[in-house]
Amino acid sequence: MKFFGFAAGVAATMTLLSTTSAFAVTQISWWHAMTGANAEVVDKISKDFNASQSDYELVPVFKGTYPETLNAGIAAFRAGQAPDILQVFDVGTGVMMAAEGAIKPVAEVLTSAGMTFDKSQYLPGIVGYYSKPDGTMLSFPYNSSSPILYYNKDIFQKAGLDVNSPPKTWNEVWEAAKKIKTSGAASCGYTSTWLTWIHLENFAAWNDVSWATQQNGLAGGDVELKINAPIFVNHFQALADLAKDGTFKYGGRTSEAKQIFLAGECGIFTESSGGLGDIVKSGMNYGIGQLPYDTDAKGAPQNTTPGGASLWVFGNKSDEQYKGVAAFFSYLSKTDVQEYLHQKSGYLPVTLAAYEATKKSGFYEKNPGRETPILQMTGKAPTDNSKGVRLPNLPQVRDIQNEEFEKMLAGQQTAQQALDNAVTRGNAAIKEALEN
Amino acid sequence: MAPQLAITLVFFYWPAGQALYQSMLRQDPFGLRTRFVWFANFRKVLADPAYLNSIQVTVVFSLATAIVAMVVALLLAVMAEKAVRGKGLYRTLLIWPYAVAPAIAGMLWLFLFNPSIGSLAYLLRSLGIAWDPLLNGTHAMILLVSAAAWKQISYNFLFFVAGLQAVPKTLIEAAAMDGAGETKRFWTIVFPLLAPTTFFLLVVNTVYALFDTFGIVHAVTGGGPGKATETLVYKVYNDGFVNLILGDSAAQSVILMAIVIALTAIQFRYVERKVHYG
Repeated sequence: MKFFGFAAGVAATMTLLSTTSAFAVTQISWWHAMTGANAEVVDKISKDFNASQSDYELVPVFKGTYPETLNAGIAAFRAGQAPDILQVFDVGTGVMMAAEGAIKPVAEVLTSAGMTFDKSQYLPGIVGYYSKPDGTMLSFPYNSSSPILYYNKDIFQKAGLDVNSPPKTWNEVWEAAKKIKTSGAASCGYTSTWLTWIHLENFAAWNDVSWATQQNGLAGGDVELKINAPIFVNHFQALADLAKDGTFKYGGRTSEAKQIFLAGECGIFTESSGGLGDIVKSGMNYGIGQLPYDTDAKGAPQNTTPGGASLWVFGNKSDEQYKGVAAFFSYLSKTDVQEYLHQKSGYLPVTLAAYEATKKSGFYEKNPGRETPILQMTGKAPTDNSKGVRLPNLPQVRDIQNEEFEKMLAGQQTAQQALDNAVTRGNAAIKEALEN
Repeated sequence: MAPQLAITLVFFYWPAGQALYQSMLRQDPFGLRTRFVWFANFRKVLADPAYLNSIQVTVVFSLATAIVAMVVALLLAVMAEKAVRGKGLYRTLLIWPYAVAPAIAGMLWLFLFNPSIGSLAYLLRSLGIAWDPLLNGTHAMILLVSAAAWKQISYNFLFFVAGLQAVPKTLIEAAAMDGAGETKRFWTIVFPLLAPTTFFLLVVNTVYALFDTFGIVHAVTGGGPGKATETLVYKVYNDGFVNLILGDSAAQSVILMAIVIALTAIQFRYVERKVHYG
């Protein structure tokens, strides 16, 4: 943290220096939560944008983890010191949307700056998620990811499974996991990060079943969760049963399970496509497959929903600042910038042109699997069940779900009880959040 | 106005007043819509089963941490007193962990007991214990108490060493002459004379476990599994900064403030007068 504090200090000093040297330049502040290789991408994009024109200067500032960045933005807004651009993770989307007085829709920012905004140039699944029910785009999708399946080819070989065909359905995953465990190829068959995001939100979208009423919360605030429907209960009961003898191993609420997979403990793993970097780095003999679907679902596989983060613009800024933000967003939409972002960070490209260009360059042939999340998200036109999920208090509702899952996996309750509790407690929390 | 007073006003009364005001508001995260609700947040918090659970967790955690930290420290201090050679080195090594930040201490223990890569977890498993702090609430609590107590042992050790040195050697020697064994001497002479130190440490350790262990909880369990390790302080953070329910969070911190004031009053009334600093 000290290092980041230092970096922020340097950034602040540079800001001061540059204000004194160039009077005409309008500063655009961008608070973000990117670390490691992704932070380098932020810095490079900012530097290139600043070099590309002389009217605006983009100043990126690292603000900590996703929740910390969101909180910093909220606290700054309350103190009247909001940044121009704030990076907010998918889970915080509902929080931002509920704050209409605080933000300015990106579509408005672009059009009022005299730019044409053609929505058809962007990947529909992603843009849809960050839009209001009437289609107005509220935030700019910066980094999007989607859950996919990874598997350890060495373990598959040892277990006598086909190395070239990853399991496509959840039933195939359970069978393969059992085989891995019983054959002794690994001590655990299957593990997963983000149970809430992968096994509830994306499970619902991918199988085209409802996660909650009101188009999963996208159409309105008065939302009731639907996650105790039989298809969810069966899925989670299967997980709970597999957890009993360690065929399924729980890693934690967020991405902790990655360690278990990287350590070679489990043969199969579901994780964000953004997690690919670490797996490549580990030197594992890995394979990638689509997110498995449920054979009981008629519409499966439908499409997955975007995770990751988007850029929000705060309200009550000067026209000059909004023009700068618009200039940055149109720069960010450029094909070569998107191509760089996609290939370097592992996140999805936001524009169709960047996707096509990457395809043409032969990148996907060299990096098999990198296209999987895009195909998953764009394969079919999204339905009411698969545009994403949105709640004013999604972080809290996910917490509730995680607590119930943990009790279930510890054998204290059945899947039916866990999901019933998650629905009752979740609905109460949503209702209360709406009263605020 | 005295500068101390100004500092207290700015850094205590002002934020405390704001917390008090916030605890009577219902507000969206951005502060765009605000309603004054008097004590509704307090009523809600006190009727919330999760809050009552968190009180229970906190009591268990604080007492366990205080007792473990004190018993181990006392044992080490008695041993240190007996050491003939290398006393200084032994003491220095024991005091070191106090310099470690709580979050770092938490990470350390988290690594040692990580079910996949932890060396101590491996040991436990080879002993036939199904060690799983990710899903087993008791295991998670044991892990937290170990980390929190380990960090506090050094502090307690210092005070116990000082306390032991204050015990008159003549008393112990006299008892030895009368034929009292080592254990007997400890329980009838040393331990009662250490009582003020012990009581002081009990208060300090409880306050530490109550309010100073946020970093450890945050790093090790994040309040889970379920809500098995969600202490009062952690809940204030979680409700306020993760769930963004500011009114509830403020009401909880006002309750915590009342607890701190009560504990401080007890300390001033009973402890400050009696403790010997050796």
